[in-house]
Amino acid sequence: MNLHEYQARQLLDQAGVAQAAWEFCATPEAARDIAARFLGKGATLIAVKAQIHAGGRGRGTFKNGFQGGVRLCRTAEDVYEKARAMLGNVLVTRQTGPEGRLVDKLIIAVAPDIRKEFYLAVLLDRVASRPVVMASTEGGMDIEEVAAQTPDKIIREHIDPAIGMMPYQARKVAIALGLRGNLIAQAVRLLLGVYRTWWECDATLVELNPLCIVKTPDGSEMLQAVDAKLSLDDNALFRHPELLAMRDLAEEAPLEVEASRFNLSYIKLDGNIACLVNGAGLAMATMDVIRHYGGHPANFLDIGGGASREQVAAALEIVLQDASVKGILVNIFGGIMDCDIIANGIVAAARQTARKLPVVIRLEGNNVEAARKTLAESGQAFIYSNSMDDAAQKIVKAVNSP
Amino acid sequence: MSILVKPDTKVIIQGIMGRFGSRHAQLSLAYGTQIVAGVSPGRGGQRFANQVPIFDTVTEAVQQTGATTSAIFVPPPLAADAILEGVSAGLDLVVCITEGIPVKDMIKVKRAMTGKPTLLIGPNCPGIVTPGGSQDSPRGCRIGIGPGYIYRPGSIGVVSRSGTLGYEAVWQLTCRGLGQSTFVGIGGDPVHGISHLDAIKRFAADPETQGIIMIGEIGGTAEEEAAAWIRDNCRKPVVGFVAGSTAPPGRRMGHAGAIISGGQGTAAAKISAFREAGIGVAMTPAEIVDTLVRML
Repeated sequence: MNLHEYQARQLLDQAGVAQAAWEFCATPEAARDIAARFLGKGATLIAVKAQIHAGGRGRGTFKNGFQGGVRLCRTAEDVYEKARAMLGNVLVTRQTGPEGRLVDKLIIAVAPDIRKEFYLAVLLDRVASRPVVMASTEGGMDIEEVAAQTPDKIIREHIDPAIGMMPYQARKVAIALGLRGNLIAQAVRLLLGVYRTWWECDATLVELNPLCIVKTPDGSEMLQAVDAKLSLDDNALFRHPELLAMRDLAEEAPLEVEASRFNLSYIKLDGNIACLVNGAGLAMATMDVIRHYGGHPANFLDIGGGASREQVAAALEIVLQDASVKGILVNIFGGIMDCDIIANGIVAAARQTARKLPVVIRLEGNNVEAARKTLAESGQAFIYSNSMDDAAQKIVKAVNSP
Repeated sequence: MSILVKPDTKVIIQGIMGRFGSRHAQLSLAYGTQIVAGVSPGRGGQRFANQVPIFDTVTEAVQQTGATTSAIFVPPPLAADAILEGVSAGLDLVVCITEGIPVKDMIKVKRAMTGKPTLLIGPNCPGIVTPGGSQDSPRGCRIGIGPGYIYRPGSIGVVSRSGTLGYEAVWQLTCRGLGQSTFVGIGGDPVHGISHLDAIKRFAADPETQGIIMIGEIGGTAEEEAAAWIRDNCRKPVVGFVAGSTAPPGRRMGHAGAIISGGQGTAAAKISAFREAGIGVAMTPAEIVDTLVRML
């Protein structure tokens, strides 16, 4: 589960991570008041940041023609105008797809006088099975690009989970980033706070990009986070009701939200052949085989190992709500799962729907004879197959024939 | 003849009284597996299916029955504790079937297992099967949730992250008259026990195993590490398949570990590592066994 920037910043505030002054709001009037307060305390530049989960906000465009989901302003009136243009409007970025995302919250923050930018993240190192702190002097850049082109510019510090991050490790990272003087002590406090947030929230990623050396009005230098990203481990949400409450369903595809209500793992793709499969690996492989034979999968859908008749029916109803779907491939290796339950779910959903699409069914496993009988006696025109390859070829052909 | 478990391996079920655990304990018993004990705290002294003694702790179960292996069927919040209880009891092998364990719990488990002799398979895995053929265990040792009827004893080792895709490969083998030495499902989580490479090293050293099937999926670099070792060390034919070549980056594809992130873990990178290592590449699951037969 992903959080909004303002939610990530709230959690980082609680852990004592230094940030330029910020608040969030939902109306242009509140935006103006916050900006006036910051300007009254000596700030000269204010950032207005649209809150959506997707990246690329700065270079995005609103559907009303307004340019940029992150804008800098010098007056409270300007903040009000920018906030009015953003709130209630849809922002399209390189990550949102053409449909974009509705903006209903903004961050109003002091835009500091930035002297240097860094990249900082805590994430899981799968090979080591340990958390790793990653830092780079190439702040504000795409870290994947830095890793690919100049891997030596990335600093990695593994954390022993039994001990947690020690201050000497934070100092090591700070020195490697070129920090000196009292910036080292600031970095220790900040890094330990970021790590603690990762650990205590069961996060999969905490990222500050950029983390900055800023010059304060009195001329001293400070270390501050200027942007923040936080993703959580879905498996751990059961023990974090306060974090689960931060879930923003508007940021998720409606069909994916509906699928999650039935404990189905569904991801919408842009093809026209829907898939309904048991098991994540088999579901991915089914998409691959459809592609291999020239078709385009419309979704990933894993109904799991012990699906009920209701779940199967719900799964079919969900894929049928995708208007681009022109055919359905059901691929089940129901080793221990009763194939007849699947068959009953398919028949129930097929009778419900007004959409008559070709459905290719491949069933293998437990109680498969009863399942075939259920399907055959349903009066529905299903297409049958005995193997995954053959099934994929049949659905591709059915979808492509006029 | 097999890796990790044999038809006479003595097995404990942790969580035998749960709905999921009891169902699969029954299926394993029917398969002929030596299920010698169940563990269910507070129910020590009872019996499962009028047959299998239940103990309060894993240590008691080990002391009383001589079991060396356990299978875990407890809910996700309790699973890390169950694994470490098995480790503390000195088991050789713990197979954790549970899906949905927090990553942080598994990070702690792996840290706590450092230097301990116990091996872990999973979590979020289908388990392990060594098909039988002996008088004591005509059908063999089935630990986990795999469908027993698809396996036949033989000489092909299969290691898979995915359960159902692994069954697909096993079923194709069986339909073609090729049996399996052992099937190992290592699971789909980002932090897990034995890797593809750990299983493949054992298959390479197992005199009865003559060919190896490795089924991977997007995410991480475990398939690439296995391929590098195979290139330099493995003389047996290996066929590989990687699921997820059409998966979009940044999305978690069902399995918690199946995600392309930071440009790492793509199917293309894994397939090219396979080719470089002389591993036969199956472009679709249907080609897995054909490719292996050509190499045998």
